[in-house]
Amino acid sequence: MIRIGAFLVGLFFSGWLLVSFGVGAAAYISEPPQPTAEHEFHLHPKKLALSSDGPMGKFDRQQLQRGFQVYKEVCSACHSMRLVAFRNLSELGYTEDEVKAIAANWPAQTPSIDPATGEATTRPSIPSDYIPSPHANETAARAANNNALPPDLSLITKARHGGAAYVYSLLTGYQEPPAELAKKFPDSMPGPGLNYNPYFANLNIAMANPLGSDGIVTYSDGTNATREQMAKDVAAFLVWTAEPTLEKRHQTGWAVLIFLIIATGLGYMAYRNVWAGVKH
Amino acid sequence: MSFSWAKHYEPKSDLTKWLDERLPLPRLVYGAIGGGYPVPRNLNYFWNFGVLAGIALVIQIVTGIIMAMHYAPNALVAFDSTEHIMRDVNWGWMLRYAHANGASFFFIVVYIHIFRGLYFSSYKAPREMIWLLGLVIFLLMMATAFMGYVLPWGQMSFWGAKVITGLFGAIPLVGEPIQQWLLGGYAPDNAALNRFFSLHYLLPFVIAGVVILHIWALHIPGSSNPTGVEVKSESDTVPFHPYYTAKDGFGLGVFLILFCAMLFFAPNALGHPDNYIPANPLSTPAHIVPEWYFWPFYAILRAFTFDFFIVPAKLLGVLAMFASILLLFFLPWLDRSPVRSGNYRPLFRTFFIILVIDVLILGYLGGAPAEEPYVMLSQLASAYYFAHFLIILPIISKIEKPKPLPFSITEAVLGKDSHGTAGGPALQPAE
Repeated sequence: MIRIGAFLVGLFFSGWLLVSFGVGAAAYISEPPQPTAEHEFHLHPKKLALSSDGPMGKFDRQQLQRGFQVYKEVCSACHSMRLVAFRNLSELGYTEDEVKAIAANWPAQTPSIDPATGEATTRPSIPSDYIPSPHANETAARAANNNALPPDLSLITKARHGGAAYVYSLLTGYQEPPAELAKKFPDSMPGPGLNYNPYFANLNIAMANPLGSDGIVTYSDGTNATREQMAKDVAAFLVWTAEPTLEKRHQTGWAVLIFLIIATGLGYMAYRNVWAGVKH
Repeated sequence: MSFSWAKHYEPKSDLTKWLDERLPLPRLVYGAIGGGYPVPRNLNYFWNFGVLAGIALVIQIVTGIIMAMHYAPNALVAFDSTEHIMRDVNWGWMLRYAHANGASFFFIVVYIHIFRGLYFSSYKAPREMIWLLGLVIFLLMMATAFMGYVLPWGQMSFWGAKVITGLFGAIPLVGEPIQQWLLGGYAPDNAALNRFFSLHYLLPFVIAGVVILHIWALHIPGSSNPTGVEVKSESDTVPFHPYYTAKDGFGLGVFLILFCAMLFFAPNALGHPDNYIPANPLSTPAHIVPEWYFWPFYAILRAFTFDFFIVPAKLLGVLAMFASILLLFFLPWLDRSPVRSGNYRPLFRTFFIILVIDVLILGYLGGAPAEEPYVMLSQLASAYYFAHFLIILPIISKIEKPKPLPFSITEAVLGKDSHGTAGGPALQPAE
């Protein structure tokens, strides 16, 4: 009885799936799906090698400071960094006084309440404050950016496929739309306020090229601030903002793995010892 | 325990004697996982995965309870409290990565455990109840994992919750009220997040309870083994301790090495980047996919693209997805072959290997975007899945000619058994 019922249920599900397959396959052959502009023109991120890559990876603090400088002088005009506090910057190698100065001189101020009137106001930041957003709220952010919302950058290298390589590719990927795109997919050409970037999911990004020319920042360590270099540095910095505990994770990982490999080796010898003489 | 040669617990010190007369807990442990549980001597490494699943559950409960001390189940702050765990809580990043990857490893271990049961037909009499309880654990695990994935309140959390609760919306007439009742609203929000947190904390302890029943049921007939021949005499078995505690200890070491390599060096490899974007009800992700361990079922759900007369395709997909798990409950009565082990069933073995490949393909397709040719392929793969269990398995269990079985485990291991040989009179296991 169970088997007859099962047979009928199986026949129904499998049969209907095969019918659906047949109909779908016929449609697929008679009318193959048209490739979309994204399929043809979207590019996977370029290769990017950072010192934090791999199980032995460590941050290059000099590079993180350069990347922070790019964020401070370029990105922070539009993008918030709400999960990072000024005090965290000491992990990049800044002294306490430097962190205090960075916080106090940050272009955007920390929201506050005027103690005399109780009205909303702003005050200079102190190290325990989180990095203030350049915009008071989402509406203000959209109003200032042609109705596009600049995403918060704290977690951006974890929140995109490709991570740091994606950020680097996007920042160095601005170009003129190819003539072929205009010919084949005129609807996918960048409209007003949009810019062509093949590394962006739908090819058209609202953000204008933020690293348009070499030397828009001046690195204090003498590194030549080419566009490539700035994009690489800021990508490295954003790996740190997304996961400040990365180095500790790698170090702990090796300690744990070495312990486990020794313990498992001992465990294997104990197992062989216990089973010696017992065929199995 | 049912074997007459099982050793009995003998308290040695005055304290253990005193305890044994009042609360014989050491006696219970001795009989369950100590020297008092005789186990077939020929178990292979696939028999390690039950113990590993139990340990994975403990890892989840311990890391989860500590994280619950720092997490806030409120839609306004859930995402930030998760990042607070990652950034500010001492070793919080390790707890969260261990919990997230621990869920994946729990499913890996349980899937291997289930497929071991399928290949060696561990579901057959007299072990049906172990199999049924195991499936209950599996269902509870799926519910727990789904609700856990909602808690960080990222984009995939929100949209996953919306899609999965939306499945109930496919039920005719009462679907929408049920969906609203489950969510406590029209869309996932604070009410849903709160109850998911509450249930996510509760269900692991329900799982632990069913695990106890699962192990209890196991101890009635004892463990199965790779030959599928029942234990006949003492020479077929060894005591669980120290033999299998030693083997499980080694297996645990290998498991922890792989788990920690993932946890410390590729902790986000199995997750989806979109879940690092805070939940936004106004922005739908390009591809909504569940966690990888649901992908085979997700592929079955999406394989139904045509209405069957008055039954809408969406409802068919939901029914098929639930059926794909529920049919496993009937397996002990669908497969009537008297031979358990796939090692002695050549036809069954071939189809079993096809099933494993089929489920892996379904998994790949479930993670792929819902476009052609993935949908067509998932229709073929789903068709085989149902046909395998509901049509092929009952038929091959009738027509197949199995290879000759060894007389006993001892004969399979040593080549001879003083109690008898294949074809000789079979001894009844002693009670």
